[in-house]
Amino acid sequence: MINICNVARYQGPTEEELKKLRDSHVLLSSFEYERTPLFRGYTDKILTIDVGTKEASVADIPAEVKEKFIGGRGYCLRYLWDAVNPETRWDSPENEIVMSSGPIGGITQYAGTGKTLIATISPLTDIPIDSNVGGFFGPYLKFAGFDALEIRGKSDQDIVVVIDATRQTVTFEEAPLEHFDAHILCEELTALYADDENDKKNIAVVTAGSAAEYSNIAMLNFSFYDVRRGTTRIKQAGRGGIGRVFRNKGIKALVCKVDKVKGNLNNVYDIGIINKTGLRFHREMVQNDAKQNDMRGVGTSYSLRTLADYDLVPTNNFKFGDAPGIDNMTAKVLKSDWLTQGAADGCWYGCSMACAKASDHFLLETGPYKGQRVCVDGLEYESASGLGPNCGIYNPRDILEINFYCDTYGIDTISYGTMTAFLMECYERGILNKERTGGLDLTWGNAADDLEMLHQMSRNEGFGKIAALGIHKQKAYFAEMGWGDLSEMNDFGMEQKGLEYSEYSAKESLAQQGGYGLTNKGPQHDEAWLIFMDQVNNQIPTFEDKAEALFFYPMFRTWFGLMGLCKLPWNDIVPADNALTDDPKMVPEHVENYKNLYYGVTGQRITTDDMILQSERVYDFQRIFNIRMGKGLRADDAIPYRAAGPVFEEEYLSRQERYDRQLVEIVGLTEEEVQGMSVQEKMAATRKYREDQYQTLIDTVYRKRGWTRNGVPTVEHLRELGMDLPELLAVVEPLLAAEEA
Amino acid sequence: MKRLEKNEALCIGCRSCEAACATAYYKTDDSAYACIRIEDGNSENAEAEFTIHVCNQCGKCAEVCNTCVIQPNAKGVYMIQRKECVGCLMCVGFCPEQVMVQSDDREEPSKCIACGICANACPTGAIYIVED
Repeated sequence: MINICNVARYQGPTEEELKKLRDSHVLLSSFEYERTPLFRGYTDKILTIDVGTKEASVADIPAEVKEKFIGGRGYCLRYLWDAVNPETRWDSPENEIVMSSGPIGGITQYAGTGKTLIATISPLTDIPIDSNVGGFFGPYLKFAGFDALEIRGKSDQDIVVVIDATRQTVTFEEAPLEHFDAHILCEELTALYADDENDKKNIAVVTAGSAAEYSNIAMLNFSFYDVRRGTTRIKQAGRGGIGRVFRNKGIKALVCKVDKVKGNLNNVYDIGIINKTGLRFHREMVQNDAKQNDMRGVGTSYSLRTLADYDLVPTNNFKFGDAPGIDNMTAKVLKSDWLTQGAADGCWYGCSMACAKASDHFLLETGPYKGQRVCVDGLEYESASGLGPNCGIYNPRDILEINFYCDTYGIDTISYGTMTAFLMECYERGILNKERTGGLDLTWGNAADDLEMLHQMSRNEGFGKIAALGIHKQKAYFAEMGWGDLSEMNDFGMEQKGLEYSEYSAKESLAQQGGYGLTNKGPQHDEAWLIFMDQVNNQIPTFEDKAEALFFYPMFRTWFGLMGLCKLPWNDIVPADNALTDDPKMVPEHVENYKNLYYGVTGQRITTDDMILQSERVYDFQRIFNIRMGKGLRADDAIPYRAAGPVFEEEYLSRQERYDRQLVEIVGLTEEEVQGMSVQEKMAATRKYREDQYQTLIDTVYRKRGWTRNGVPTVEHLRELGMDLPELLAVVEPLLAAEEA
Repeated sequence: MKRLEKNEALCIGCRSCEAACATAYYKTDDSAYACIRIEDGNSENAEAEFTIHVCNQCGKCAEVCNTCVIQPNAKGVYMIQRKECVGCLMCVGFCPEQVMVQSDDREEPSKCIACGICANACPTGAIYIVED
């Protein structure tokens, strides 16, 4: 077991290297601003940066925007809507990247309070993508005087934009010599803009990586300085290709510098209740973490073996939900062999859940940094399962190396894992072969060629250019080349709306099929994670129950994104007496904590219904935003059949007893009938049943959400929400009229 | 290493130590502001009527601090560098003895610095400073 006290500090760039970088910078333009102090969690200011004209400006956030959109994801979507039009695509100059934390973001006393929300028009989906990330940038942006940042335009040279709260300036700088790869670039910029070693913690960097310029599955890295390790760490705003938009705008990095962090920079209404609530949570972590999920020891990967026991960890491109190799990746193994113990691994101050684990001085065996020892941020569950079992890879060392290179190149581990799994299945089925991959052998479990594909992606070479497309465009390309059948690839290519699935097998949970399929941005589990509630505990057996859950949880979870909060401290560790409460799955004590935090920051009391209303306004706004951009109706909520059932015989046969039994117990055939059917016939009956169930689920959920059968929010419902805004009515009214006709 | 030690059998529960500590650092005799805590009863020591919770300079507070602002001084006493503290209160929550103090009036918590004020106030010698 590796303990933090035995981990040597990392060495950053030398003074000589920094001087060279500093000397190469060219100041392109500089703007002064007057820092607005925070008041009860808000500055009510937005900073607009045009990287094309190299101009910055500050504007007030109107009271009605604050009332309806609250902050975080709400602000991101509101300002993105105003910037774009239905013809805007990811690379249009008017497309914006909008970032905002939220009113609670930046308090230091409670776990998971440093999130930044980001939205842009995605290169994968052509609709708004929202993503959330830890690291220091969102809170520092607030401390610098801004509730939100919108970035527009395109720069014709690579620039760094520096928001310096200590000088109250925004500068645009040409920065030609810094590396593109995030693990080095973040170190370089942190050292460059910090006054001294002690000041490094006051610097936050946002960057992508060398592959982001070419890849649709590129993400953004957000740094935080790890004082103990002496290095910058990175967290990822992974989903939907935001990193590609960032690089397409010519941005190498954003830097935000503050003078210090203290406990009440949000200038809150009642610090006492925040202190009390935070302390209560910290004490709970001491008491319960080791007995429950051991988030402080292993992070989110604690669940791999447990989830596999329920057949939920996608293996070989979501064909199966378990494999013996997962025994190589148990919490015990990760803890004893790979993840540093005893470190205060929070990605924002005050996070006693501390799940941002790292593997220290990890020796790289491939790629441009072969032979170097680095700090790998991970393994998180999604990365571990997507890069690992989903591709038939079970060696934590290989998975960590892929994880590291994804991060530093600016590639989303979830999309990369799910996409590589798709490519491996294409290889297995003969859709791809060595000739078509330029020599890559993409058989299940081949980590070496998986890594080579990733390196090619960063160099924009060979098959890496195809990998960079993402599954949706790969399917079309393979079909166009005559390599594979599109309808077959649609069945097993795990994407929806253009976004790759995150890493849970939902075959046996209809509610989770909806949890993925009925999302705004595409199949990401952050809206609704209902598998245990549905499949394991059978707490939501009827369509109405599932629809209620698919209304309530996406709204409840959206609330975290309005506030600048991480969802994990809500229910990954729960109070010791939680099981005795009226509604254990809601973790009532923690919901109470959030209400107290909201009150403590803003001075406004809030009920659960208020929380849902705040969220639903933004949620339906996003749905209508999707419709406006051409992808937000019922047809777009269809899911690949692999997400709902067995596509090929080997999948059916691997769980034949279960599927045969379901044909009798659920579908209603007799045992004799089932015995007399061929495998293909049984698969067809299973498929028909499951696909019908999904359609019925959609009907029930849409009704519950106040949407029509085509998935359009009704005028009456928008009026009830106080969201009958003219620009929304202009989108929905023609569709509602057409549906009625 | 300098630290506060205890002999619980000698404690008479007068709580002079709590009052002395709270008064010295928070100008109040409210025991909630003391870096020492006296509890009625003692389940581990049959000769003692009270349990004394003191900071034994175990360093858990320093371990959980992700700003590294709690460091031992030359005598092994863990000190908070207030200027750099972000007030996250993890040290307070994770203290095994629950003897760190958080006050809403201040941005940073405080901890025992083995100053001996409480020991001086103790009429029976139940708490005392040692230096090895």
